[in-house]
Amino acid sequence: MPAPVQSSDPFVPEIYRVGAVRRELADVVTIEIEPESGGRPDFLPGQFNMLYAFGIGEAAISISDETKHGGGFVHTIREVGAVSRALAAMEVGASLGLRGPFGTAWPVAEAEGSDVVVVAGGLGLAPLRPAIEALLARRERYGQLAILVGCRTPEAILYRHELEQWRQRLDIDIEVTVDHASTDWHGNVGVVPSLIRRVAFDPDDTLAYVCGPEVMMRFTASALHEAGVATDKVYLSMERNMKCAVGLCGHCQFGPSFVCKDGPVMRFERISPIFAMREI
Amino acid sequence: MTIETIGQILAKHPFFAEFQPEHVELVAGCARNVRFNPGEYLTREGGPADRFFLIRHGMVSLEVATPGRAPIVVTTLREGEIVGASWLAPPYRSMFDARAVELTRAISIDAECLRKKCEKDHYFGYEMMQSVLRVLVKRLQATRMQILDVYGE
Ligand SMILES: Cc1cc2nc3c(=O)[nH]c(=O)nc-3n(C[C@H](O)[C@H](O)[C@H](O)COP(=O)(O)OP(=O)(O)OC[C@H]3O[C@@H](n4cnc5c(N)ncnc54)[C@H](O)[C@@H]3O)c2cc1C
Ligand code: FES
Repeated sequence: MPAPVQSSDPFVPEIYRVGAVRRELADVVTIEIEPESGGRPDFLPGQFNMLYAFGIGEAAISISDETKHGGGFVHTIREVGAVSRALAAMEVGASLGLRGPFGTAWPVAEAEGSDVVVVAGGLGLAPLRPAIEALLARRERYGQLAILVGCRTPEAILYRHELEQWRQRLDIDIEVTVDHASTDWHGNVGVVPSLIRRVAFDPDDTLAYVCGPEVMMRFTASALHEAGVATDKVYLSMERNMKCAVGLCGHCQFGPSFVCKDGPVMRFERISPIFAMREI
Repeated sequence: MTIETIGQILAKHPFFAEFQPEHVELVAGCARNVRFNPGEYLTREGGPADRFFLIRHGMVSLEVATPGRAPIVVTTLREGEIVGASWLAPPYRSMFDARAVELTRAISIDAECLRKKCEKDHYFGYEMMQSVLRVLVKRLQATRMQILDVYGE
């Protein structure tokens, strides 16, 4: 797994400005932000930033893309509490603080020569998008590539436009499924792990990237295992409440690991013994 | 070009992957090829569960009718999956509408014929029950995850 990339001073937020805002879903907004001065730090697919809504607080938000000319970050935010609501309500020109990028990345280079299965649930597609873009940018270096997306309803499909664009390519398998639908929807209905048996890959030579709610990741890891993918080839992105984001405060502890520095992307083999423990 | 027999088609279907060849032949005696155009029903909720299907190509949705609204889709099934389990236990009534969403080719298996063979050869019957149960357990797990509403938007 690539080493985490650290910003210059991880405790001092840099000032960023909102360059564009796009509403994705009823409760999900994408913002594009650019540094007020200087360039933005490098990032790896799967990493996150701590976004600071002044006077309200900070939240860990995954990097879902870079801005068109590469000068800034794109973040997709679900409104769940005070910070995420304040971030989602920002208008073009508003300023915010940013620390990061932090954390581990999806093993994109390590997957060269292998098949890759990407499984996203709900907003879990956001941190996977840069990994998908990286795989597609060097498509010839990978074997079979499958992208499996699950969400609650057809109205809750995130990044519909990107999914449609990826679907036009003949060199990837894309399947989307929803948990709940009426007959107006003509696609798959059912949970996302059930798509795993529908796509072609060699289980002995496949890496899987999984991101979504924890229950969905548990079911998916078990379906991958059943399909023959070894647990050391399955990577999950974990979520825990964060404060410092640099492995000092212990807020994000997950068993013996800290999600902010040992994660968020973690090998399933490493976390499977504690993954199912209720008290963790 | 050689035309595959029903027995050969069944033997290649994932549902029968672990069946003994002679048991696949037993099933073949109760099976025939069928085809459904989009919108046609394989089973109707409350109707007799006198057949079950192995999907070869296409997509079938399991639906529950709701008064005054579009039916709710419980799940969709594709190539390699089976449609129908109610043929196994009395009162042998289908629990869902099963509708072809796309042109669907399937193998239809006569339930009464199969039940008789299961009764006659309990070893075969056990193999059949185990296979259907495996599918049902997976679907139950999936339904639980659906009910949990994990995306919680
Ligand atoms: C590594 C990492 C990456 C993340 N990436 C993203 C991202 O790209 N986009 C994004 O929107 N969020 C992301 N999150 C989640 C985000 O950091 C939290 O939701 C954060 O708590 C939001 O802060 P808040 O003040 O708005 O809500 P809080 O006040 O912390 O929470 C408010 C309420 O919402 C509930 N809640 C918290 N988080 C969630 C959730 N994820 N889903 C549903 N309910 C929740 C809490 O239980 C609480 O009841 C990420 C978290 C981590 C650890
Ligand atoms: S957030 Fe402080 S240790 Fe991880």
